[in-house]
Amino acid sequence: MIDLLAFVADTNRLWYALPLVVSVSLVYGATRHELMGPILNNAFRAAVWIGGFMSIIFAVLMLISWAV
Amino acid sequence: MPTEDGTPAADEMIEVDLRNPAVAAVWAWVCPGAGHIYQRRYSKGILFMVCILATWFFGLSLGGGHVVYASWKKNDHRWQYFCQLGVGTPALPAIVQSQRAKKGQEPLMDGWMAPPRNVANYETPEDELSQWHLEYHSFFELGTLYTMIAGLLNVLVIYDAYAGPMVIISEEESDKPPPDNQDDS
Repeated sequence: MIDLLAFVADTNRLWYALPLVVSVSLVYGATRHELMGPILNNAFRAAVWIGGFMSIIFAVLMLISWAV
Repeated sequence: MPTEDGTPAADEMIEVDLRNPAVAAVWAWVCPGAGHIYQRRYSKGILFMVCILATWFFGLSLGGGHVVYASWKKNDHRWQYFCQLGVGTPALPAIVQSQRAKKGQEPLMDGWMAPPRNVANYETPEDELSQWHLEYHSFFELGTLYTMIAGLLNVLVIYDAYAGPMVIISEEESDKPPPDNQDDS
């Protein structure tokens, strides 16, 4: 139970990544396009890519921490 | 980005009036988004301003206003400040505070952006940097990260103000000879 609570507390900190991902994606998208439509489209794809990449790294680190 | 049939996307065909690019770049550094507003690219300017300043001030608040400071002394080489400085004017109070600390004067604004005192006494109760880490835990690092990323993002924005949007040309497109050469042959 304590382990579960510790895990939830740790994963809650991941929410702090959300505003950073949104901000980085929007700025990244806006440096590649001029109109708002393509900017938002590019930002969405960048956010998905960053989220996917972070999820893979998260899963790998979790596996390592459980294995060791 | 070009579309599948090779024609440029709608926004690539827009001519962007960069006015004076050097002046725009300076404005973009002074305040994120100001360079674009100077170029009358209002929507992008406001987008950059909101995103970068929100990231910056959120990070600063996470660390209680202590995550941005200028210091280059023993036990405290604050290299992160070079990234944070990319955001421009919002990072400049740290230099004022650093100069005051060098002269032995008391910091202004309740120590906001002032360098920590007594870092030579590493990990002692007098070491202010250790006290900040103890008080803010991981939020000190998180705030540092937020402010660093805000500064680095503004470097992209400065480039965008100076040179316009960066359009990535795919390898297939870049391998093709320019249309003028095809006409000559």
